[in-house]
Amino acid sequence: MEQKAVKRREKDLKFWERIYIPEILKGLSLTFKNMVRPKFTFEYPEEKFVPSSAYRGRPVLVEEENGEERCVACGLCSRVCPALAIEVQAGETEREKERFPEKFEINMLRCIFCGFCEEVCPEEAIVMSKDYELAFSSREEGIYGKDKLLVPANQLQDRIDFLRQYK
Amino acid sequence: MPKFTIDNREIEFQQGQTIIEAAIDNGIEIPHFCWHPELSVSGNCRICLVEVEKMPKLVIACSTIAAEGMIVHTQSQNAIEARNVVMEFILINHPLDCPICDEAGECKLQDYTYQYSIGESRFTENKVIKQKHFELGPRVIFDGERCISCSRCIRFCEEIAKDPELTFVQRGDRVTITTYPGQQMDNPYSMNTIDICPVGALTNKDFRFKARVWDMSSTDSVCTGCAKGCNINIWVRNNEILRLTPRYNQDVNSYWMCDHGRLNTFKFVNGEDRINSPHIRKEGQLEKVDWDESFNEAVTRIKSYPKDEIAFLGSAYTTCENNYVLALFAGSVVGSNHIDFISHLDPDFGDDILRKNDITPNKKGAELVGITPSKSGLNFEGMRKAIKEKKIKALLIMEDDIVSSVKDIENVLGNLELLVVLASNFNKTTELADLVFPTATFAEKNGTFVNADGIIQRIKPAVATVEADRALDGFEMSRLDKFGSEFDRWMTGAKMDAKPGWKILKSLSGLLGKKMKFNMAEEIFEDMAANIDAFKGLNYDDVGNSGVKLKTENIENAVTS
Ligand code: SF4
Ligand code: SF4
Ligand code: SF4
Ligand code: SF4
Repeated sequence: MEQKAVKRREKDLKFWERIYIPEILKGLSLTFKNMVRPKFTFEYPEEKFVPSSAYRGRPVLVEEENGEERCVACGLCSRVCPALAIEVQAGETEREKERFPEKFEINMLRCIFCGFCEEVCPEEAIVMSKDYELAFSSREEGIYGKDKLLVPANQLQDRIDFLRQYK
Repeated sequence: MPKFTIDNREIEFQQGQTIIEAAIDNGIEIPHFCWHPELSVSGNCRICLVEVEKMPKLVIACSTIAAEGMIVHTQSQNAIEARNVVMEFILINHPLDCPICDEAGECKLQDYTYQYSIGESRFTENKVIKQKHFELGPRVIFDGERCISCSRCIRFCEEIAKDPELTFVQRGDRVTITTYPGQQMDNPYSMNTIDICPVGALTNKDFRFKARVWDMSSTDSVCTGCAKGCNINIWVRNNEILRLTPRYNQDVNSYWMCDHGRLNTFKFVNGEDRINSPHIRKEGQLEKVDWDESFNEAVTRIKSYPKDEIAFLGSAYTTCENNYVLALFAGSVVGSNHIDFISHLDPDFGDDILRKNDITPNKKGAELVGITPSKSGLNFEGMRKAIKEKKIKALLIMEDDIVSSVKDIENVLGNLELLVVLASNFNKTTELADLVFPTATFAEKNGTFVNADGIIQRIKPAVATVEADRALDGFEMSRLDKFGSEFDRWMTGAKMDAKPGWKILKSLSGLLGKKMKFNMAEEIFEDMAANIDAFKGLNYDDVGNSGVKLKTENIENAVTS
């Protein structure tokens, strides 16, 4: 059965509704309630937002204590990256793992922060950081090389712990 | 023909064939590591185990001769379990270092692990430690841990390269490969072991770690190292050739190619000395100019000589198409009878496996398309004399560095008033030239070569030039090529401003008042097919990827007449 839409006209309003005052008070009570509630906004950029370890900021490379990267330049992150943001050029070293990234570049204009690179990496060498502050004024600047990508492992510990628990 | 049944399918086989051979002929793949169609049967990897009814145990398909009425199962419970077990066994001591292994992506062990293994290991002990990064020879590096002891490399050296250099030493899980005392694996075919090694135990010293296989495009082509014309794949990333690998062709090179062809025939394409625009000699120095200026200059100067003071040299290094257009240009555009090319023979190069003494890829082709002096014309020796006597004043050389290869020619060329050189790289001949046109290399154009056995084969472009675009001109493309943009650093590999020789000649003949109608190499080939007996009735599709043998009587006729 079809229902007829009931249209309320102004003349149909009840008395209390027509004088507005209770309605205004109802609205204001909500306003006052929220004025005394604890705040969760803060004044960025003076105050920084520190995300939880589940947050996916820009991908970075893990640097070991001896200053070497964990990455062995296998190229899997580069292959899985849906945005083709990563370029890896492998080179040969005398270290025990004979392969290392001679060049490792992430084009932050391409990256979509999906975290696939982190997920596929067999060496736990690329992880999503908490860094969300990315600004550049040219295309060239948007390509991050090893100098910007390498971050000491101890600064990334909570993400690494998170991955070990949930990945 | 006798028949047997495999997986409920009845297939025919030839008497004496093994089960694996008969299966492959019928499109059924039975997994194998150690078996190779061109090598003797060794039967040590056991992955090809199949169940044959009425036989007490599983048998290996690579060494069991097929018999009439046999009933073979490759997918029975027993066969599948056997493969699982063999995989588990092989993987016990395999280091699983795919992330740092060059073979990853084209590795039989990876593929079979995915297809035939349950993906679990019960082995908790330590894996054996063996030698990594051991130089078996000057071009091949061996990783003992990755080796699965299939013995393909040993059999290759013995049976194909005819130079036994490798052997197993030690036993059990410590077994490994090494060269005989005092020897190296340095036979001229040693790098084929890299291709046939089913894992990444043997790696290419030259290519090591340069690129992942899935980042490169692969183009069918032909090696230019000698007159054998081995079929190859050209592997390109970022418009740079990174390696060549042999491509199967039973009539030419089977599965193999020589190390010289693999290593020394492509580096000039991305070389520092590539010519990147036309050059004109001004006040003694070669200077860059644009195409129009160079064409106009060439035409004005060519026109200033009577036609029999101009001579032409074609080349056994370049395609039939280039040589054919040069012959047309010399004969019907300029009207000179003086045209020839130089053979390059190296008596130390050939052997009775693949390599030929003729170190050019297309000598037969150059002859067939008419790079021979006609009746009143001079051959190369004649030209040489005539240049000395200043009877020939202008010479056009296409893609042959004659100064480096012909003795004492340098002084003779000094007598010329005009030397036009078409070349891809600066060399000793371009040093003497008045005009230099940059040409596309074998990896940058379409064309055909005729090898020593009279088989005509196609080359295809793999490297883009300024005028030939990877996407628009239908090159093979990698994933990076497909989705890259001009803002990606991995897409900015250098492109040369060079053209195939025939295009340069076509422009010149247009300015000389005779338009050539060709727009593509394929059209030149059609013209050749219409006018030259040996090519009669052929087109690029017929030549295809594996070539066609030209009718020999046609070759003999054409070459002797
Ligand atoms: S986060 Fe995603 S888009 Fe960004 S680099 Fe990693 S795989 Fe590529
Ligand atoms: S997947 Fe990991 S180890 Fe491989 S190249 Fe990327 S960061 Fe390096
Ligand atoms: S090196 Fe390769 S080809 Fe040689 S035995 Fe080992 S796995 Fe087989
Ligand atoms: S035998 Fe000749 S054609 Fe074959 S790979 Fe060697 S050089 Fe090239």
